[in-house]
Amino acid sequence: MRHVLVLAGGLSHERDVSLRSGRRVADALSRSGVEVHVRDVDQTLVDAIKSSPPEVVWPVLHGATGEDGALRDVLTSLGIAYVGSRPASCHLTWDKPVAKALLAAAGISTPAGVALSHATFRELGAPALLESVVDSLGLPLAVKPTRGGSALGLTIVRSAADLPSAMIAAYAYGDIALIEQFIAGTEVALSIVEDEHGHARSLPAVEIVPDGGVYSYEARYTAGATEFFTPARLSSSAAESAAAASLTAYRTLGHRHLSRVDLIIDADERPWFLEANVSPGMTETSLFPMAIEAAGLETSGVYAGIVERALTIN
Amino acid sequence: MTNTPGQPTPALQSPEDTIREASHGSRLDPWTQSYAQRTAGMTTSEIRALFAVASRPEVVSLAGGMPYLSALPMDTVAATVAQMLATQGLTALQYGSGQGDPTLREQILEVMALEGISAHADDVVVTTGSQQALDLVTRIFIDPGDVVLAEAPSYVGALGVFASYQAYVAHVASDDDGLVPQALEDRINELLASGKRIKFLYTVPNFHNPAGTTLSLQRRPQILEICQRHDILVLEDNPYGLLGFEGDPPAAMRSMSDEGVVYLGTFSKTFAPGLRVGWALAPHAVREKLVLASESAILCPSAYAQMTVSAYLATCDWKGQIKVYRELYRERRDAMVESLGALLPQASWTHPEGGFYVWLTLPEGLNAKAMLPRAITERVAYVPGTAFFADGTGHRHVRLSYCYPEPDRIREGVRRFAGVVQSELELLETFGPYDVTAGRTTPSRSVQSPTPDLS
Repeated sequence: MRHVLVLAGGLSHERDVSLRSGRRVADALSRSGVEVHVRDVDQTLVDAIKSSPPEVVWPVLHGATGEDGALRDVLTSLGIAYVGSRPASCHLTWDKPVAKALLAAAGISTPAGVALSHATFRELGAPALLESVVDSLGLPLAVKPTRGGSALGLTIVRSAADLPSAMIAAYAYGDIALIEQFIAGTEVALSIVEDEHGHARSLPAVEIVPDGGVYSYEARYTAGATEFFTPARLSSSAAESAAAASLTAYRTLGHRHLSRVDLIIDADERPWFLEANVSPGMTETSLFPMAIEAAGLETSGVYAGIVERALTIN
Repeated sequence: MTNTPGQPTPALQSPEDTIREASHGSRLDPWTQSYAQRTAGMTTSEIRALFAVASRPEVVSLAGGMPYLSALPMDTVAATVAQMLATQGLTALQYGSGQGDPTLREQILEVMALEGISAHADDVVVTTGSQQALDLVTRIFIDPGDVVLAEAPSYVGALGVFASYQAYVAHVASDDDGLVPQALEDRINELLASGKRIKFLYTVPNFHNPAGTTLSLQRRPQILEICQRHDILVLEDNPYGLLGFEGDPPAAMRSMSDEGVVYLGTFSKTFAPGLRVGWALAPHAVREKLVLASESAILCPSAYAQMTVSAYLATCDWKGQIKVYRELYRERRDAMVESLGALLPQASWTHPEGGFYVWLTLPEGLNAKAMLPRAITERVAYVPGTAFFADGTGHRHVRLSYCYPEPDRIREGVRRFAGVVQSELELLETFGPYDVTAGRTTPSRSVQSPTPDLS
C-alpha cells in the first residue's frame, strides 16, 4: 500500500482553499487504497518527514510557498519524491508576467499588459502613469497581483476612475500588480494530466459563467454562484485550439504530472492565455475535479495515477 | 441537476455541432432555485477565508473573541462536573424543561441582582447561549421588512440574526457615551414617516462589542422613555456587564423598566462559552412565546450544561472568578491602549472601561477591509469595521480584541498593525483618495467576521 503525505494549509492567503483541497485529495486517495496522512506546513514538518519518510509527498498548497517552488526545493534536498512541477517550473508559472512572456514567445496570444510595482507609481506619479496605461491598453482592464490565485485581489476596471482602488486592492496581496486588457469571450479552464507514458493529455475544457460576470473568490467557492458547462460550449475547432494552447503552456512552462491552464476564447475562436496553475484547486467546487468527472473518470483513480507518476520518475 | 442552458454565442458554434448543445450548465448545487430568500447573505467571502490564516500561531490575532479560559481553576471545575454527574446524572443526561432548569433560573436572578435587576424566575428562559435568545426574540417579533434599530456599529452576531429574518436594520448614531438619544428620536420619526414598522431597539449598553463604549447612566432612562413613547421594545444584550474594570456594574436598563425591556444574559464571558448557556428575561407574555419558540427550535436547552453551570455557581467562588477575569482583561486592555498610544498617533480609538474590545478609527482615506490581506501577510489579524454595519459602511474602522493574547503578544500585534497602517498610508499617498466601493466584486452581505473559535 502506498504511503502518501498530503500537505495542506500553509500560511498563504489561500490557506482555507488549500485545507479543503487537501481533505478532498486525501479522501479520494484513501478510496483508491492509498494510505494517506495530511499535515500542515509548519515548523514540525521537516522533522516529521525525516523521522517517518513517506513514499511521496503531494503538496496541495495554494499560494506562495506551495506554488513558487520553495517547498519543493526542500523536499528534493530531503530526497523525497513529490507530486507536481519542479521548482524552476513553479517559479516561471507563479509569476504571471513571466509565464505570459514565455507563452507569447511560444506563439500563444496573451492579453497585452504591464506589471508595475508600487515603487514605480511612487517614482513616476500615479495619475500620469495610470493615464498612460489607459491610453496604451484601453478599457476594460483586469488588475491583479502578479503572484496569487483564487482571484484574490482581482478587479475588472471599466472606467479609469476605478483604477486607483483596483491598484490598492491588488497591492494588498503583493508588491507588483499586473494590469492587462480584459478580453471578452468564453472563459475556459483546461486541466491536464499525464498518461502512464508521461504524455500530457488535456481533459475536457470546463466553461465558466459566473453570475456576477467575474470569476471572483466568492464565485469560485460558493456552490451555486457560477454556472459551468462541461464540455465547454465551443465549436470543435475552438475546442481543439484551446486544448492545443493548454498543452503548449504545459510544455513551455515545463509542468509535470498535472496542471490547469486558464484561457479566454474570443469571438474569432482565438485562445488567449491568462495564467497557469501548478497546484490547481481540488475542492468540491474546483475546476480540476470537474474536468475529471467530465472525462468520465473518478478522482480516486486519477489521483492514484498521479501518485504513481510521481514515483516513476523523480 | 440541470438549469436552463445559456445561449451559446453564435460565432463559436457551427451548425453541425448539435451534440454540443446537449451539454447543460451545472451549478454544483442542485438546490440553487430552492433556497429560502433569507439565505441571501450566506456566501463565502475572501475576508472569512483570510481568518483561516489567523489561527496559525505565527499570526498575532487581534480578531477573536475567545475568553481567556486558562484563568479558570480547571481541576475544581472538573471535580464539580464529576460530582454533578455522579449525583444527578439521570437528570443531567435526560430531556429537560423547555424553559430551562428551575434551580438555574433562580440562580440567574442572583447574577442579575448584581446589576440592579429584580425579577421572577418564571420570567427567565434559558437558551443555548444568548445568541439563541437573540434568535428567538427576533423570530417572535420580526416579519420580513420590519425595522430593528441598532447602534452604529452593532454586534456582528446580531446583524447575522436580523439578516436571517429579513429585518431592515437601521443604525442610529452613537458616540463615546453610547447611543445618542436625539439621534434615536430623529431616526424613529424618519422611519415612521416613511411608513416603516419598528419592532425593537437592539442595544449592548455595557462595554460594547465592537465599540468598547458604555451607554451613560444618564442616557439610559432617556432611551427607555423614547422607546416607550413609540411602543418600541428594548432588547438589552449584556454579556460584559460584570467585566468592568472600575467600580460596580452599571445599572441595567431592565432595572429601570419592567415591561419595556427584554434582557439577554450569558455565562460565556463570566464562566465559559463552551457550555452554551445564556438566557432571556422577558415580560410574561413575551416569555411564553419564547418558550414555545425555543421548544420548537431545540426542544430544550442542554440539561447537562445547565446543571454544570448550576453546580459551579453553587459550589465555586464564581464572583471571585469574575474578579480574576477582570484583572487579567484590564492588564490586556492597558497593554493594547498603551501601545496604540505609542505607535499609532495618526489613528483614534475608544477607551473601553471593561469587556474585550477597542474600536479604532483609521486615518482618513484608509480602508480596513482592503487592508486585511496585507495585515495577514504581516502576520496580524483584526476584524474590519464593515462586519459591524448592515448598510455597507464601516470601512474606516477596525475592531481590535485584547481578550485572548498575552500582553506581550498584544504589544507585538499592535506593532505589526502600525506597520501595516504605515504601508497603507504610503499607498494612499501614491494613489490619492478613492471610492472604497468602486468596482468591488464582493457584495457586503457575505460573512465578514471570523468563526467563534478564532482566538
